Amino acid sequence: MAYSDTVRKIFGQEIEEIKSRGLYKEKRFICSPQDATIRVEYPEGAETTEVLNFCANNYLGLSSHPEVIKAAREGLESRGYGMSSVRFICGTQDIHRELQTKLTDFLGTEDTLLFPSCMDANAGVFEAVLGKEDVMIADRLIHASLVDGIRLCSAEYDTFKHMDTKHLEKKLQQHSDKRARMVVTDGVFSMDGDLAPLDEMVALCEKYDSMILVDDSHASGFIGKTGRGTHEHFGVMGRIDIITTTLGKALGGASGGCVSGRRELVELCRQKARPYLFSNSLSPVIVAASIRVIDLISKTTERRDKLEWNTKYFRERITAAGLNVRPGETPIVPVMLYNAKLANDMARDMYAEGIYVIGFFFPVVPAGAARIRVQLSAAHEKEHIDKCVEAFRKVGNKYGILGLDKNGIIEKYGM
Amino acid sequence: MDDIKDAVLEYVVDEYVDEDDDIEVGYETPLISSGLVDSFSMVSLKVFLEKRYSISLPDNEATPEAFDNVNSIASLVRRHLGQG
Repeated sequence: MAYSDTVRKIFGQEIEEIKSRGLYKEKRFICSPQDATIRVEYPEGAETTEVLNFCANNYLGLSSHPEVIKAAREGLESRGYGMSSVRFICGTQDIHRELQTKLTDFLGTEDTLLFPSCMDANAGVFEAVLGKEDVMIADRLIHASLVDGIRLCSAEYDTFKHMDTKHLEKKLQQHSDKRARMVVTDGVFSMDGDLAPLDEMVALCEKYDSMILVDDSHASGFIGKTGRGTHEHFGVMGRIDIITTTLGKALGGASGGCVSGRRELVELCRQKARPYLFSNSLSPVIVAASIRVIDLISKTTERRDKLEWNTKYFRERITAAGLNVRPGETPIVPVMLYNAKLANDMARDMYAEGIYVIGFFFPVVPAGAARIRVQLSAAHEKEHIDKCVEAFRKVGNKYGILGLDKNGIIEKYGM
Repeated sequence: MDDIKDAVLEYVVDEYVDEDDDIEVGYETPLISSGLVDSFSMVSLKVFLEKRYSISLPDNEATPEAFDNVNSIASLVRRHLGQG
């Protein structure tokens, strides 16, 4: 037997080590469509419980929207279920082209290429575009998929302090001898919900002849007055060289991603990006539904406006309740607890109160910066938010952290 | 010899510590294992060392362990300069 008891033991020990470090990811089963209210089987084998979901990327509440489901059905009927091919052999339908054109118009770019996911887009884009003579200069807190993509590329890379444009300028000066420079950032950072200052960053890139790539996965569909993304928010539409984003969050939430930007850069991805060349085409079902999503949110800003209202309301109420919340304006709201065990314990107690949230701690966030990340959705109603805030107040009171600032919480629980 | 340690320490503080961070970094302060510097950002330090001392640090030596404090970084640099 090739998989011997000795080998099994080695891997078993590794799993035990993950558990002993408190990093084990438990199984949780959702037994309903994704929505503000879901039925969850947790722990595994337990009776299902109805809880309010405050940890999904379902920002616009479109994951189970009737119009989106209808479009998915129509796509299934008219174009089938799967393509059984990569895009460039026989995996591109007319609707793939249509979605790419719609995304190009929506994002205000020159061209767009669909990928199986944004993780794949980020894994493939750098290697396809840059070479040994070039440099990538990345914000230190970019998403893990960008980190992986950067590491797969032969170009040199460097980093700058999180959202520190002075430090970025220093790095751009240091790398003035390279053939091409590319600044890399998230539009909205997924753990803190903060916005990269794209107006200043784009100005610096233009001053120092650098391209800029923005992963707008936590922004596309709802950041900016018409939801185009972080570049709309900062008034720099048309000046971002590459936007990577996902269809797996606000834009329907199924899966799929894209590289959108300058015509030549997108064309190079079409020719060279390995995740595009070597993985299957996006299912017609998802493509058809995504087209409807873009149509829906292009017609009205009603959903992103509701999300904005929900975000403001939650931020006001949770702060008034005495929780320590990192200030901001996005629907990603970190309730800061600093101590990993406290974050875990409180998340468990929140679940018992009917609120599904998750604790995050090192290495997902920096050491000593543990938190519960709350994510708002346009699917939430005011009473859902009131219930969530009340649960936080009750659980926060149990742990004696209401009204405490960072130092107060650390003094009580340590880091 | 302390010149290398001081230069590395100065770079680390300037590059990785924010003004409002309540952290004092010394020669033995853990950098990687404490989370102050993550493995992705570590590359900036490697690029700095290679440029400043005109050395080439192979990946199997520029490890998180070797970069975990100023003293061990200085030792690595000295070895590559033929001083170790």
